[in-house]
Amino acid sequence: MSLAVRQNKSAWWLPGGISLLAIALLAGAPLIALIYAASNLELLSTLSEPYNQQVIRFSLYQAALSTFLSIVLAIPLAVALSREPRFFGRSLLINLFSLSLVIPTIVAIVGLVSVFGKSGLINQLITMANLPAFSIYGLQGILLAHVFFNMPLAARVLLQSLENIPQEQWRLATQLGLPGRSRWRFIEWPAMRPQLVSIAILIFALCFTSFTIVMTLGGGPRATTVEVAIYQALRFDFDLNTAVALALIQLLLCSLIMIVSSVFGAHSAQGISSIKTSHNSYQATGHWINVIIIIIAALFLIVPLISLLLKAFNPAFISILTHAKTLSAIVNTVTVALCAGALAVATGIGLHVSARHLRLRLHKLWGSKALQLAGNIILIIPPVVLGTGLFILLRPYADVFSFALVLVVIINSLMALPFVLRILDGPFLQAAQQHDRLIQSLGITGLARWRYIDWPHLRKPIAYSMAIASTLAAGDLSAIALFGSERVVTLPLLLYQRIGSYRHLEAIATAVLLLFLCLSLFMILQRVIGGKADA
Amino acid sequence: MHFVVPLKQHMLRSFTLIATSVAMLVATGSATAEDKTLTVYTYESFTSEWGPGPIVKKAFEAQCECTLEFVPLDSSTGILSRVQLEGENTKADIVLGLDTNLMAVAEDTGLLAPSQVDTSAVKLPIEWTSKTFVPFDYGYFAFVYDTEVLETPPRSLQELIDAPDDLKIIIQDPRTSTPGLGLLLWVKSVYGNKAAEAWEKLQDKILTVTTGWSEAYFSLFLNGEAPMVLSYSTSPAYHMAVDKTERYQAAAFAEGHYLQVEVAALLNSSKNQELGREFLQFMLSDEFQGSLPLTNVMYPSTDIGDALPKEFSKLIQPEYTLLIDSGDIRDNRKQWISEWLDVSSR
Repeated sequence: MSLAVRQNKSAWWLPGGISLLAIALLAGAPLIALIYAASNLELLSTLSEPYNQQVIRFSLYQAALSTFLSIVLAIPLAVALSREPRFFGRSLLINLFSLSLVIPTIVAIVGLVSVFGKSGLINQLITMANLPAFSIYGLQGILLAHVFFNMPLAARVLLQSLENIPQEQWRLATQLGLPGRSRWRFIEWPAMRPQLVSIAILIFALCFTSFTIVMTLGGGPRATTVEVAIYQALRFDFDLNTAVALALIQLLLCSLIMIVSSVFGAHSAQGISSIKTSHNSYQATGHWINVIIIIIAALFLIVPLISLLLKAFNPAFISILTHAKTLSAIVNTVTVALCAGALAVATGIGLHVSARHLRLRLHKLWGSKALQLAGNIILIIPPVVLGTGLFILLRPYADVFSFALVLVVIINSLMALPFVLRILDGPFLQAAQQHDRLIQSLGITGLARWRYIDWPHLRKPIAYSMAIASTLAAGDLSAIALFGSERVVTLPLLLYQRIGSYRHLEAIATAVLLLFLCLSLFMILQRVIGGKADA
Repeated sequence: MHFVVPLKQHMLRSFTLIATSVAMLVATGSATAEDKTLTVYTYESFTSEWGPGPIVKKAFEAQCECTLEFVPLDSSTGILSRVQLEGENTKADIVLGLDTNLMAVAEDTGLLAPSQVDTSAVKLPIEWTSKTFVPFDYGYFAFVYDTEVLETPPRSLQELIDAPDDLKIIIQDPRTSTPGLGLLLWVKSVYGNKAAEAWEKLQDKILTVTTGWSEAYFSLFLNGEAPMVLSYSTSPAYHMAVDKTERYQAAAFAEGHYLQVEVAALLNSSKNQELGREFLQFMLSDEFQGSLPLTNVMYPSTDIGDALPKEFSKLIQPEYTLLIDSGDIRDNRKQWISEWLDVSSR
C-alpha cells in the first residue's frame, strides 16, 4: 500500500501544471493572437491620432487624481479611527471598508447617482443654497466613484499600519507627554509612510484599468479611458486596428505599473485580510474632530446604499422581478458566478499545491513564487484586453456571441484568480508547515493527503475564496459588456442597459436585485462549502 | 410557486447554452437544419410595441408561412458593426435600419447580397440606383424643440451655433447612431473645412451625447432634460396625430436639412436568400409602407396616397436638401469622426 502511494510522489507538479496550462491556454493564446494581429496593422498611425492620445492622457490623469484624492482623504480617516478605539460602531465601519469586494461596482454607482445625481439629495441641498448643480457625469463623477471605492481600501491599509505600532512606543509617548502634533510627526506618520507608495500604486492600477465606472459615468469623448476606448472601438466601430493598438498600449502600461509595483512590493489583492486591533493606551486628542471625520466618512459610504434600498421598492420592482429577461439574467449571472468561481478556485488550489511542494520539500522559493505570479496575469492583461484577444482568436471560426457565457466565465475566473491565490496563500503554507513532517513520516500523499489533512484544514479559506470569486464574477460588467447581446444578458449588463437608457426606477430595482443576489451567493457559498460557522 | 418551473427551465437552458457553446467551440461551422425563421437585425425603436415591428411581423407572417424574428440592437450603426463582428457566422438574414450615409461603408464589407428587388415603386427626393439596398422610408434631420420652454428657436444652424450657451441640446454619437452621423454630415456639408470650428462653438450647448436616438428623445428630451434634441422633421407628426398636441415642433434651418433614407439589405451568408428577398419586396408593399408614418414616424418611400396622415402636411419643408455622396462618406468618415472626437474631447 505505502509503496504504491510512494510511487505517486513524483506527481507533485501535476496540479500546478494543469493550472499553468489552463492559464497559458486561456490568457496566453489570446495574448499571442493580439500580438500577431498587431504585426499586420499600422499601429503608429492609430496612436498618432489626437483623440487616442487624449484617451491615454485622460486615463493617466484621472487615475493619478483619483489616487491622490483617495489617499489624502484616507489619511485623516485612518488616524481618526486609530485615535478613537472605542468609537461606537467602529468595527462595523471597518468591515464596511472591505464590503466593496462584495458589492458590485455598478450597484454602488446606482447608489451614488441616487445621492449625487441630478435629483439626488446633494443637488437638492445645493439648489436650496443657490449654488450651481453638481453633475455626476464626466471627470468629477469618475473621481467621486473612484474615491468611494478606493478611499476605504487605503484607510484600511493605513489603519492596519497604525494598529501595528508597538505598545512601547505609545507608552513612551505618554511618559514623555508628547503633544498631538508631535505624536503625528514622530509616531503616526512614520508608521504610515512606508505603506503610502505601495497603496498608491495599487489604487493607481485599479483606477487606470477602471471600466465600469468610466462606462457609466464617463464614456463620452471627454471622459474615456483606454479600457473603455478599446470596448468602443470593437463594439461601436468594429475598428480592429484601433482596438488592437489600444490593447497593446494598455498591455504595455499595465506591465509598467506591475514592474513598478513589484519594485515597491505592492500587493495586488489588498483589503482581504482582517484588521487586528491593538487598543493603544494613549490619551485621545482632538476628540470631536475625530468624531466628525469618522461620521462624514461613514455617511459617505452608507448613504448611497441606504438610498438605494429606500428607493428600491418602487412600482417598477415587481414588474422587474417577474420580467422574463430579468429571470434569464438571474440564471445566467448565477451560472457565470459559480462556473467562474469554481474555475478560479480549482486553478488556484492547483497552483498552491505545487507551489508548496516546491517551497517546503524542494526549497525552491523562486519556483514557488513564479507559479503564484502566473495566476496574477490578469493584472497585466486587463479584462477588456483579454476579451479583445479572445475575440480576434475565435472570430474566424465561430460567432463569438453564441458562446458568450463561456468567454465571460474564462475572463471572470482569471479576474478572480489573484484574490483566490491571496486568500489561500497563508492557510496553505500554514497547514503544510504544521503537518508536513507528519505527512512525510506517515507517507500520506495524493488524494489521501487532500482528504484527511488538507480539506479539513483548508475548507474554510477555500469556501471564502470561492465566495469572493463567485461574487466578483456575479457583479462584473467588463466581460459581459464585450460579449453580451440581446441573446445573452446577465444582471450587471441588464443594469447597465437600464442606466444607459435613463430608466432610473428600473435601474434601482435591478441594482438592489443584483446586490441581494451577490450577498446571498457570498453567504450561501461560505456556509455550504465551509460548513458550520463554529466547526 | 410560479417561479419554480420557469427558473428550472432557465437554469437548464443556461447550462445547455454553455454545453452547446463548448460543443460549438469543438465542432464549429456545423450546419443547422433550416427552420424557416427569418432573422432581421434592426434598431430598438423599430421593434418597440408602438413601432412598426409588431404590425410588420403579423402582416408578413400571414403571407410567408415562416417566423419573422426581429433582433433589436442598441443603435442603428450598431447593426452594421454587429454583423461585422459576427462575420460570416452571423445569424442575421436581413439588416434593417442602415441609411444612405452608410451604404458604401456597408457594401465594402462584402457581407451584403444584391437585393434583386423591383424598386420601380420607389418615390424619393433623390433617384434610387442601388442594387443592394431597398429604401423603406426617409426623413430630414432636424432639431425638435419644446415650444413651452423655447419660444423662439434658432432659425439656422449658424444661429444655433451662435446661441448663448444656456440653450442646451441633446445629440447622438456619430459612431453609434445614424442621426448622430447625420448631424456630423449636416455640419460638414454646411461648413466644409470649417466644421471643426463650428463644433467647437457648439460644444458648451451640448448637454449630452447619447448612444442611440431613443434615449435622447424619449428618456431625456420628453422628460424635460433639454429644450432641443436632434431628431427628424417628421417627429412632430406623431405628437400631433397620436398625442394630439402641437407642443413639440421642428425648427426649420435656413441652410437646408440633411436627408436620410433608411435602407435594408440581405446578407450573403443568409441561408434564407429567397425568403429574405421576399421580405425585402414586402417592404415596398402598401401594407408595410402604410404602417410607417405613425409608427416609425418617417415619410414612406413609395407613394401611398391618402394613407399618408394629414398631419404630415403641417411639417416643415426644407428649403434645400443636403446629402453627401455615400462614397465620399466611406472615404472620409473615419477622419471626420476623429475630427469630431478631437473637438469633443478638448
